[in-house]
Amino acid sequence: MLLASAKKLRSFGIIGMNQRNFGLISRYNPRHLYPLVDDKLKTKLLAQEAGITVPKLLGTVQYQHDVKSLKEILHPYSQFVIKPVKGSGGKGILVITEHDHNLYFKPSGDAMQLADIERHVSNILSGLHSLGGKPDTVMIESLIQLDPVFSDYSYEGIPDIRIIVLRGYPIMSMLRLTTHASDGKANLHQGAVGVGIDIGTGRALHAVQYGESVTHHPDTRKTFSELTVPHWDKLLQLAAACYEMTGLGYLGADLVLDRDQGPMIIELNARPGLAIQVANRTGLAPRVAVIEAIKTIDPDPQSRAAFSKRQFAFDTDIHPPRLLRTRSDDR
Amino acid sequence: MYAKLRLYIVVILLLGLGIGLTLYKHFALGFPLSPDDKKSVWTIEARIDFVARGDPVIVSFALPPQTPDVVFMEEDFASSDYGFSELTSPSGRRAQWSKRVASGLQTAYYRLSMYETGQIAHPAMAADLPPEPEKPEFDEVLKTAATTLLDQVRSKSANTEIFTRELITTLNSKAPSQNLSLLINDQSSEDYKTHLIINLLALEGISARIVRGLYLEDGRRRQSLTNFVEVYIGNEWLLFNQNSGKSGKPKKFLVWQRGDQSLLDVVGGKNSQISFSIIRNVHSTRDLVVRDSMNKQAGIIDFSIYSLPIEQQNAFKMILLLPIGALIVVIMRLLIGLRTSGTFMPILIALALIQTTLLTGIIIFLTVVGTGLLIRSYLSRLNLLFVARISAVIIVVIAIMASISILSNKLGLDQAMTVTFFPMIILAWTIERMSVLWEEDGPREVFIQGGGSLLTAVIAYLFMTNRTIEYLTFNFPELMLVNLSLILILGQYTGYRLSELYRFHALERRNVAGKR
Repeated sequence: MLLASAKKLRSFGIIGMNQRNFGLISRYNPRHLYPLVDDKLKTKLLAQEAGITVPKLLGTVQYQHDVKSLKEILHPYSQFVIKPVKGSGGKGILVITEHDHNLYFKPSGDAMQLADIERHVSNILSGLHSLGGKPDTVMIESLIQLDPVFSDYSYEGIPDIRIIVLRGYPIMSMLRLTTHASDGKANLHQGAVGVGIDIGTGRALHAVQYGESVTHHPDTRKTFSELTVPHWDKLLQLAAACYEMTGLGYLGADLVLDRDQGPMIIELNARPGLAIQVANRTGLAPRVAVIEAIKTIDPDPQSRAAFSKRQFAFDTDIHPPRLLRTRSDDR
Repeated sequence: MYAKLRLYIVVILLLGLGIGLTLYKHFALGFPLSPDDKKSVWTIEARIDFVARGDPVIVSFALPPQTPDVVFMEEDFASSDYGFSELTSPSGRRAQWSKRVASGLQTAYYRLSMYETGQIAHPAMAADLPPEPEKPEFDEVLKTAATTLLDQVRSKSANTEIFTRELITTLNSKAPSQNLSLLINDQSSEDYKTHLIINLLALEGISARIVRGLYLEDGRRRQSLTNFVEVYIGNEWLLFNQNSGKSGKPKKFLVWQRGDQSLLDVVGGKNSQISFSIIRNVHSTRDLVVRDSMNKQAGIIDFSIYSLPIEQQNAFKMILLLPIGALIVVIMRLLIGLRTSGTFMPILIALALIQTTLLTGIIIFLTVVGTGLLIRSYLSRLNLLFVARISAVIIVVIAIMASISILSNKLGLDQAMTVTFFPMIILAWTIERMSVLWEEDGPREVFIQGGGSLLTAVIAYLFMTNRTIEYLTFNFPELMLVNLSLILILGQYTGYRLSELYRFHALERRNVAGKR
């Protein structure tokens, strides 16, 4: 069957785009707070004030004529990431992992001239990647080092962890693994693998690529059943703390694990997508209902994270995740 | 909840206002709901001939009364060197031609263009009450015959209407009885018969009067008026055909004169003659109604788009179609979940398609965007600043459009010259967006979004070029309120989009499997 029945989807608690826009985003996210997350520099400053670890800012470029100074800014670093401050959906992000004389190398091994980087930067400044095409600023960040836990599960890129936070409570999470198809980007519609993560334990539940179930990473052929995200409690607490930081009632926190610095926040999103439901094979609606039933929000992010862990833990006794089952069980 | 209630109130108000105004225009002003609604416009020419005797001449001619069931578009009076005036009296309008000295054959013309509205004539006004019927004077023999006939008819009828019908059919019977032959006489002219009926009815105490009218038939010449009998029954006048006894005003029949005044009086002339000729023209009902409403200065029409100059009206014809396009886009995005590049770009493409026709338009669009993408991919290697690049793309687009025009002209393909109707800036932006999309998300996404835009544009085009929709949006702009309320309701739709049923279909499988 190509189409699901709307009635069934509703009974699974799947939230659609219209429902998300109407019932979650416009309800919980006041518009004046958007700039806090749409502007990644502001987010970074906010996070730093709140004592949350973020990737180190190496420099910014705000004006077209500053593009010439790019060489000096980049000179001391062999690894860095160039991002549009107001970019969305991972657009315009350029990762350089190696610097050799005049050549800069992308994770895929492609070489770039300084001129290519300058063009990329000036494109960003002209607003090519920003929302609404407005003039933008470029920020240069230190490169995140891949945590060895994920080395078997990612291809030419850093996986990130998306946690949906409603009224300060983490309600669903997903690990986004880079693949060859996604060109080292953690974007699901470009071919990254989305792995639903159990809020209770940080264990992988189920994985999808292009909306279809997969059991192994397509490039490394590693099975997801043994995958558990480390520092899970810390990640949940960081995500929960974003509520106080921004005031947004419904947000998607994108976190990464750095080999040296541990969990950090790279980006917040006021309009997180719905693919997370596919990766978790669960609808958001029942969890939204649980959080909406809470009368007073706990002011402590840590206890909120603990509440979510208890509330939304995947109950292995009732529904053993398919990934954990072996072939003999199926028989 | 409160906000929702408020929204529904607004929606209901808008719906009520939009539909109400539409119905008002349809029923009260007679605007047809279909563009193909046509009406016959009758041009009636009355020609009056007489021979003047060399004395002062006064010609007085009865004119048809204006009733709600007919609209007079134009009245012309013509006759050489005559003074003319139109007189209105309680008994009806009359035209009067006059001249100090005239001799020889004289001709006067009266021309009327009119159409029937299909509305039912209002019942008689207070002024139209009949006088007490005068008892006619018959000589003894006739009186006896009349009384016998009336007794006969009365015994067969229950009320005035049936009585009248019965009387007329009896008078028209093929094999008249002796009494009847006596009454009908040899001089059975139409006028005699009419007066006989009226007299007989008067004898019975029923008020009746003569009505003269004209059957409207195309291409008729030298017609004369037909006599009818109008009988006062239960507070209204009812028309009877004096030859068949049928009641009610026949279709395509113009009442010219009521009552016993003469149709034509000529003072100072002889051998006067009158003949009518009739021509039918077919006009669109909407044009007739707009013209009539403008003449009557109906407020809703006087302050409408119709009062603008034609050029502006044509512009609005286009502009008023935009809400339909917007509705299509809303449906496509919120209900279907189609991805388009740029929210309202499809409407602009649809507008261009209207000018170029569908197939030509799509071919031109694909050619321009395709060529543009090729050139744009070269531009991206030139290392240009963004604003300069989009400007360059605009120039490229213009160059492509010019080449298409020139080329098609040389090849004799006139249709392709309509390429100029595509909005250049929008095309340039589309090319720029698509090219960036191609670089970042790959060709697949370009085809999804490009295809989505084109599909939406084509659907919007099909709706916007629908004759009925085009007609309704322009002639009933208040339907825009209905459209608005629909969009407001759709704005509340929080269910799944069609595309999401596909997107989440894998979930359904697993849950079905899980239940096993």
